[in-house]
Amino acid sequence: MNVVRRGGLGLLAWVTGIVFFLPVAWMALTSFHSEQDAATNPPSFTAALTLDGYREFFGTGGGASPWPALVNSVVASVASTLFVLLLALPAAYALSIRPVKKWTDVLFFFLSTKMLPVVAGLLPIYLFAKNAGMLDNIWLLVILYTSMNLPIAVWMMQSFLAEVPVAIIEAARVDGARLPTILARVVAPIALPGIAATALICFIFSWNELLFARVLTGVVAETAPVFLTGFITSQGLFLAKVCAASLVISLPVLAAGFAAQDKLVQGLSLGAVK
Amino acid sequence: MTATTTAPVAAPPAPTRRGPNARLRAWATRAPLLPALAFMIVVTQLPFVATVVISFFDWNALYPNARRFTGFDNYHQVLTDADLRHSVWTTALLTATVVLVSLVLGLGLALLLDRRFRGRGVVRTLLIAPFLVVPVAAALLWKHVLYNPEYGLFNGLLHYVGGPQPDWISDTPLLAVEASLVWQWTPFMMLILLAGLQSRDQQQIEAARVDGASDWQIFRHLTLPHLRRYLELGALLGSIYIVQNFDAVFTITSGGLGTANLPYTVYQSFYQAHENGLASAAGVLVVIGSIVIATFALRVVSSLFREEVSRA
Repeated sequence: MNVVRRGGLGLLAWVTGIVFFLPVAWMALTSFHSEQDAATNPPSFTAALTLDGYREFFGTGGGASPWPALVNSVVASVASTLFVLLLALPAAYALSIRPVKKWTDVLFFFLSTKMLPVVAGLLPIYLFAKNAGMLDNIWLLVILYTSMNLPIAVWMMQSFLAEVPVAIIEAARVDGARLPTILARVVAPIALPGIAATALICFIFSWNELLFARVLTGVVAETAPVFLTGFITSQGLFLAKVCAASLVISLPVLAAGFAAQDKLVQGLSLGAVK
Repeated sequence: MTATTTAPVAAPPAPTRRGPNARLRAWATRAPLLPALAFMIVVTQLPFVATVVISFFDWNALYPNARRFTGFDNYHQVLTDADLRHSVWTTALLTATVVLVSLVLGLGLALLLDRRFRGRGVVRTLLIAPFLVVPVAAALLWKHVLYNPEYGLFNGLLHYVGGPQPDWISDTPLLAVEASLVWQWTPFMMLILLAGLQSRDQQQIEAARVDGASDWQIFRHLTLPHLRRYLELGALLGSIYIVQNFDAVFTITSGGLGTANLPYTVYQSFYQAHENGLASAAGVLVVIGSIVIATFALRVVSSLFREEVSRA
């Protein structure tokens, strides 16, 4: 009885897992179908596989090439993640290892900025960018994405650095080690996996962002999500191409997300859940 | 940008010399924090202040010379405009539905995944995948590949069982947006609740079981109270993210068919209608709504946080 129930619940977990994954799997399969096979009812599960959807997407079929948008997305995501680390690491240090007075208040200030909706500042940022000649400039997005991710990064890194035992740092100091040595030899090895996970999560959020990119970029600085909005209106038979595009543009996020899987909750819950 | 990053970097710990240098040392401790703090204030707080100021002006970007101070007119207009009021309602409905449904589904999945079974790691990975599809791509997937009335997967599968062939987006536009968001956010809720389940006191549960408590009793009296704050946290964080949702509404319905939420409305009123003053007033209203949620969210996060700190 118990064995049957246990097996049944395991099976249920598998079934729901597959149901949730089905749209992703179907997207992947459709991306390898020809446009004719992609648009049949009932669906063609066993149609011949082809790379035509990918050829179309990468522009060899005549459409706009996605490469500039992909490069922009890489620049915006990687550069903003680096800036975030540069600003968040010292801040997290001052909030954990050598905490300032009232460090929890500072921590909560960072968190509260995350709760300010993006739309609230959109218009002034747009007007500023327009007057400063920074519209359609990828570095404007870099700055905005840095501010978008900095609170999350400070929270996550604070919790990772707080895991470094104070006793070890004190011992190293007594042995005459100076701060750079302590940071490199004692703190970094313990905190590095957490820092890497933080970076991956910041990368994901920047890569996904649409509203800022849509409003503030045009032709030159267009990012991958903005490129995808070109598919919002139907253009005849284009399902395979849409699926190929969606999959290619989601791949970096899927890879980063699976790599950071264990720390994902901590990042998304702003460090509240370990 | 450059102005905010030039503050001094971490100073080495001050030598243990007694003297009047206490203030200097305090600043040396604060120094590593300042660049990040200054950056956040400049990039996130200043624009918001500007939004509040603009919201008191009658200002259409197409007629820049007609800009004038109007006090609370924009707010009055936003709150009395039928379309805008509707978008307030849509935002509330969309947020509440998505958060509640994905929370319930996420709880079920977390309970299933909390048990040992063959391939648990694989199932967990399969379940996280929806959350890791780029939001615009996910919305496109639902709009074109699943919902399409002629060759979408849903109607294709219905075809097999001889079911009806609805036009999902036209028939139930808001539900269509909600379903796609529930699909993306259920994994998020599951991850938070799973972390909550795994932080339960196993000894206490064992003890209850030895004393003859049933599974339901253990769930009702031990698991659920323990999970309460994780449920709150999931609900509040979910609300904060979904209140701001733009991608799904923009992609699936382009704000049509009564699905325009506040972020979409703000976007539209200044990006297409160039009504800067009105857009700002609507933006301020979104913020007020968020502050209400955020106050609760901060309280929950802070209680979980203090517990962690005191446990350490």
